[in-house]
Amino acid sequence: MYNETTHDGQAHDEHDDHGPAKGLMRWVTTTNHKDIGTLYLWLAFIMLLYGGSMAMVIRLELFQPGLQWVEPHFFNQMTTMHGLVMVFGAIMPAFVGLANWLIPIMIGAPDMALPRMNNWSFWILPFAFTMLASTTLMEGGAPAFGWTFYAPLSTTFAPDSTDFFIFAVHLMGISSVMGAINVIATILNMRAPGMTLMKMPLFVWTWLITAYLLIAVMPVLAGAVTMMLTDRHFGTSFFDASGGGDPVLFQHVFWFFGHPEVYIMILPAFGIISAIIPTFARKPLFGYSSMVYASASIAILSFMVWAHHMFTVGMPVAGELYFMYATILISVPTGVKVFNWVTTMWKGSMTFETPMLWALGFIVMFTIGGLSGLMLGVAPVDTQYHDTYFVVAHFHYVLVTGALYSIIAAFYYWVPKWTGHMYDETLGKIHFWWSTIAVNVLFFPQHFIGLAGMPRRIPDYALQFAEFNMISSIGGFAFGLAQVFFLYIIIKTIKGGKKATDRVWEGATGLEFEELPSPPPYHSFTVAPQVK
Amino acid sequence: MILNKLSRGFLAVAIGLIAMMSTFAARAEYTLNMTQGVTPISHDLYGLHMLVFWICVVIGLLVFGVMAYSIMHHRKSKGAQAANFHESTTVEIVWTVVPLLILIGIAIPATGTLLDLEDAKTNADITVQVTGIQWKWKYTFVDEDVSFVSSLAQSSRDVVKDPTSNEHYLLEVDNELVLPVGKKIRFLFHSNDVIHSWWVPALAVKQDSIPGFINDSWAIIEKPGIYRGQCAELCGKDHGFMPIVVNAVSEDEYKEWLAGMKAEAAAAASAANEEWSMQDLVARGETVYQANCAACHGPTGAGIPGAFPAMTGSAVVNGDAAGHIDIVVNGKAGTAMAAYKNQLNDVDIAAVITYERNSLGNSVGDTVQPSAIKNAR
Repeated sequence: MYNETTHDGQAHDEHDDHGPAKGLMRWVTTTNHKDIGTLYLWLAFIMLLYGGSMAMVIRLELFQPGLQWVEPHFFNQMTTMHGLVMVFGAIMPAFVGLANWLIPIMIGAPDMALPRMNNWSFWILPFAFTMLASTTLMEGGAPAFGWTFYAPLSTTFAPDSTDFFIFAVHLMGISSVMGAINVIATILNMRAPGMTLMKMPLFVWTWLITAYLLIAVMPVLAGAVTMMLTDRHFGTSFFDASGGGDPVLFQHVFWFFGHPEVYIMILPAFGIISAIIPTFARKPLFGYSSMVYASASIAILSFMVWAHHMFTVGMPVAGELYFMYATILISVPTGVKVFNWVTTMWKGSMTFETPMLWALGFIVMFTIGGLSGLMLGVAPVDTQYHDTYFVVAHFHYVLVTGALYSIIAAFYYWVPKWTGHMYDETLGKIHFWWSTIAVNVLFFPQHFIGLAGMPRRIPDYALQFAEFNMISSIGGFAFGLAQVFFLYIIIKTIKGGKKATDRVWEGATGLEFEELPSPPPYHSFTVAPQVK
Repeated sequence: MILNKLSRGFLAVAIGLIAMMSTFAARAEYTLNMTQGVTPISHDLYGLHMLVFWICVVIGLLVFGVMAYSIMHHRKSKGAQAANFHESTTVEIVWTVVPLLILIGIAIPATGTLLDLEDAKTNADITVQVTGIQWKWKYTFVDEDVSFVSSLAQSSRDVVKDPTSNEHYLLEVDNELVLPVGKKIRFLFHSNDVIHSWWVPALAVKQDSIPGFINDSWAIIEKPGIYRGQCAELCGKDHGFMPIVVNAVSEDEYKEWLAGMKAEAAAAASAANEEWSMQDLVARGETVYQANCAACHGPTGAGIPGAFPAMTGSAVVNGDAAGHIDIVVNGKAGTAMAAYKNQLNDVDIAAVITYERNSLGNSVGDTVQPSAIKNAR
């Protein structure tokens, strides 16, 4: 239901705006937040399939002991590119796409604050990823030093293609910073009258905090790769001990970026789950303000814990103690979030449509990943966990069944609003159960092989790890196939389907559901709604 | 009020789940779990690991239990009416403070263990310097003048296509590190090239070896036996192929082994003064090549285009012997080519150079004698 003023405003607008341009140029020249959101989401999905296909190569080689399919050098390129593509190509652009689509319609703004920059920050990315992907075809191969690219393996000992990698990272950083500036400018300046900060949906809050994290740490990453570049070509020795530099400095700089980066990939997920759970529990979110404060606390703490990735580099004991205490402290605000979601469900009137299933899957499996994170934070025991498959299992539980699950939940939750079509409920449920069984077959056994002593990033392994690796690979292939099935569901939903109501979900709240039709007009909220 | 109802729910679920847990406990051993190891630290780490693990299990089951109860009972299809509570400062404070107390409970034993773990300096009986080299380990007994390189055994290299017949595939080496039981051994870690990480789970030692730094760690091995480990930090192409084997023996056997190593080194030094035939040099050189050079330059000398140069037809190999000797002995700065004067003896270097010049598709026809290497050092 949208009010008279909005109606009049839109009717009036049609005189000077005729909706999207026709053809390909619509997408190249667009400054519309909905178009740009769609572009980001498609890029993220293509990158998910690209990064996923590299994961399939990894799991194929690890299916049984011995070297059957690829050479170790190529295997290292696969693990490196898989990580880079998934982090910078799939998860981050997917969240920026959701921010573009949702923030303006959630806060009652007509568009993002800086629409032309918005176009630019998207269109940099296809070039960055084309350049990154092209390194695979170069002589000497793609970067093969892991997505964390520790010096000196990534400087003195790296293939020539590393320079392309460095430039691609610069471009991705520029894109992210511009996207973040846009999000902050939009949220702080373009809220509808009455939309106070403490009335904003949590997705908007978590993205506001995420945007500040991005602006703070992407330049640090740019600094790290620039130092690599000058070490490689211009005679500096930032990370070269023989020239007076320090290889461990690289790790400090990298993780000063890298740990907040982890929260960049999970805070928007918290916002999504905080929207979906109340809708299907038909009950307001429990502890809204504590959710806001917990998100802010997590963001601030995320700057102070980076060296827990480096417990084996030989830090002073005092440093190890501090980083252990600070790290396990993060589990307090994270726990508050989980408790709030569970309490939101308590005494609700729940139904279990597809978005709710993905959100519940998120809570359970993200909690498993969070708890293994607590174990990893205990510095002395990290001696045995560090750089094993236990770590691989941990971060895939928080990034796949955490971040990726929230993105898929968001797709099912908002796609009826975006397209005006309901997705096929049966297919959506099949997608959920198929993925969830497969992903646990894939990652749960990795806890065991990690504890039993299998290091990560190895193309071949001792015989005692054979059974669990085979099980894990089977789960991997099934999970990969499930996402191809997802592509079918996406296309089917865009092409047609049951007409979605404006409200979409019985329990849905927020401007996008209460004030806009499904699908929303190309330009929405040209006259700001009044928020009471 | 809410708190009352919540806690009643939590309690019911907790009792049920704790009963379930005890049946799992018996199975959580052996290959599914961390090793208990054979050093005092490894026992402590195992205990701490299990403590934190069970805390996580209890927290997880409580959270999932409440969720499961809620999903079962508070569903619309069962006619549940939604309540409208959405705030309680008391509850928020409780679930901030209780986890904080649990964390303090974890942090106290963890701090004690960490302080023990880091106490490598006091009262060490034996000091072993461990040097990471792409892709092998060099061990130097600092007080004994014994030093040797340990790399993946040929019996593993031979079966990479189908390793199922080799019980210790990828976890066996040509030269084991022999250490005495019951002594405090201090390890010093260092690297020649990139960052490696020396990890033997049973000793609970995992420490990065970093170029330009010296790290340390320690172990007192309680039981004789063979303990296997691997490099844990991605260090390039053959990161997965640089295992560690520690053979813990009684002090007498250790002494005997040390004497044997010294005699071997003396024999090698006198062999370096002899004149060697080309046939003997090439035969010995092939073994040395496969263990040290084949990883980059390829078993047939083809190299990896763009990454590692080929031996076959190489200008250095087919050029002047002095230039060939220089690059093998001193390495090439700024590349992955290491200085082999730190890793191989004169005979082995002479043998591998002679092999490269007269095999792998090359036929220069000359021999390089160990004495030439001695002069080049």
